[in-house]
Amino acid sequence: MRTIRWTAWILVVLVAGLTVAVLVSPNIRDNLLGKPGTGSGVAAIGGAFTMVDHTGKPVSDRDFVGKPSVYFFGFTHCPDVCPTSLYDISTLMEDLGPEADKLNVSFVTVDPERDTAQVMSDYISPFDSRIVGLTGTPEQVSDMTKAFRVFSRKVNLEDGGYTMDHTATIYLMDAEGTFAGTIAYGEDTETALGKLRNLIARS
Amino acid sequence: MRKFALTLATLVALALPLTAQADDHAKKTHTAGDITVSDHWTRAMPPAAAVGGGFMVITNAGSEPDRLVGLSTPRAGSGEVHEMKMDGGVMKMRELADGLEIPAGGSVTLEPGGYHVMFMGVEDGFKEGEMIPVTLVFEKAGALEIMMPAGPVGSKMHPGHTH
Repeated sequence: MRTIRWTAWILVVLVAGLTVAVLVSPNIRDNLLGKPGTGSGVAAIGGAFTMVDHTGKPVSDRDFVGKPSVYFFGFTHCPDVCPTSLYDISTLMEDLGPEADKLNVSFVTVDPERDTAQVMSDYISPFDSRIVGLTGTPEQVSDMTKAFRVFSRKVNLEDGGYTMDHTATIYLMDAEGTFAGTIAYGEDTETALGKLRNLIARS
Repeated sequence: MRKFALTLATLVALALPLTAQADDHAKKTHTAGDITVSDHWTRAMPPAAAVGGGFMVITNAGSEPDRLVGLSTPRAGSGEVHEMKMDGGVMKMRELADGLEIPAGGSVTLEPGGYHVMFMGVEDGFKEGEMIPVTLVFEKAGALEIMMPAGPVGSKMHPGHTH
């Protein structure tokens, strides 16, 4: 009976110790639970990319490290969701005020054929001036959408033009460029603001 | 007395076009046959944008369903009736090839995130405060001319509505 009691106590201490170790040590935690974004078992969202910003300057994921980042994907031949998202994000940034300076906010095209740096620059001009437009070669854009697990597909229209089906989710990345969450299309303003404030506070 | 009646008639005749004009300017609804369009609006387009969306409420007072089958405006190369759907976080926009049905005695709302009329090939982008003339074509009610006020870029509600 005594042996059983001792064994039980030893087990309790071991489990407690392990729990503390997991919580305290990032290395053990990452080994056991997988590092978000890079560990096995967790779908990696984000990663390396090279693109061109709306001023025509080449940029990479490294340029966005140091501040948490917000990425959303769209295209300029988009009558509804894209201007609405840009407007919503501008409103959120206005609500955050100077706190929004602590974020990188990027509008990434899924339609590089039509959305040159100049088109992106013109298109984002009515919105918050802190928003960066990203485009690139079709390969660069395809690599970035793959890295972010963003779905996009060209759909032909009757008049000979085309539209793009695309993921309308907003991606949140921490200051190291690791996936930190999402804001869904149409998510209510207060929830979205809370998520952005959390993202800023954690970084 | 006769003179008075004549003067009155003249005054009324003179005043009528004025009221008609004022009415026209602030016209809230447009009707053709059983179809009435209200709360119609569009929004200013970002520079370089070649497409825009138009929104409205279409009511059918008739006992038969009707369909919005097409539209045109001198401001765009072409216009289509579209449906926007979110499918697992993916935005999908499709032309409604058979048009948009307006049920008998019912109404359909075109609004951001749902149905819209899409203006394509717009060379001179809509600006906030402009009135955009649009001709809607219904299968039964025929053509209906409306003037769509352009609200701010990306806004989600009729420019006449305020928070």
